[in-house]
Amino acid sequence: MKNPLESVVGTIISGLVLTVILVLFLKNFLVAGV
Amino acid sequence: MPGIARWLHVIFGITWIGLLYYFNLVQMAGLKDAGADGTAAGITKHIAPRALFYFRWAAVGTWLAGAWLLGAGFVDAFLLRNGMEAIGIGSWLGTIMLFNVWHFIWPNQKKILGMVPATDEVKAKARRVAMLASRTNMMLSIPMLFFMANGLSHRAALGL
Repeated sequence: MKNPLESVVGTIISGLVLTVILVLFLKNFLVAGV
Repeated sequence: MPGIARWLHVIFGITWIGLLYYFNLVQMAGLKDAGADGTAAGITKHIAPRALFYFRWAAVGTWLAGAWLLGAGFVDAFLLRNGMEAIGIGSWLGTIMLFNVWHFIWPNQKKILGMVPATDEVKAKARRVAMLASRTNMMLSIPMLFFMANGLSHRAALGL
C-alpha cells in the first residue's frame, strides 16, 4: 500500500481521519460522563 | 497578560504553520519542476534557507508563547485533566511537531542544502526523511488546529 504522506491529498485525508479519531478519544475516554 | 501571550502565540503560529504549508503545497512541487529545468539553485540558495530560519524559530516562539498562555494550566493540559483535555491534545500535537522540526526537518535540510557536508547517498536519505517529517507535521497540524481552536462553538458542536 502506498504511504498516504507521499501526496498532499493523502496527507490532508490522514489529518482529517486523525482528527475524528482524537475527537472520539476525547469524548469517550477523557471527558466521558462529564 | 494572557492577551499578549495569545497574540504572540497566533503571530508565531501563523508564521510557523504558514511556512509549513508553503513547503508542502508550494516548494516541494516547485523544486521538483525547477530541478527538471535546472533552476532549483535559486530556491535552494536564496529562498529555502530564509524560509527555514523563520520556520524553525517561529516554531520555538509558538511553543513558548503557548506555554505562557497555558500558565497555571500547563501541567493539567499535558496530563489531559481538569477541563484542559482538548487543549492538552492540541498542546501534545504541537510539541510533537516542534520536535519534528528540530530533530528531523532542520538537521536533514542542512544536509540537503549543503550547509553541512554530505554525500549524494546521505543527501538522498535526508531528502526522504525531511519530506516525510514535513508531511507528518502537515498531517498533525489538522487535528492540532482543531483542538487549539476548541472554543465554545466546538464544544457545543461536539457535545462537550
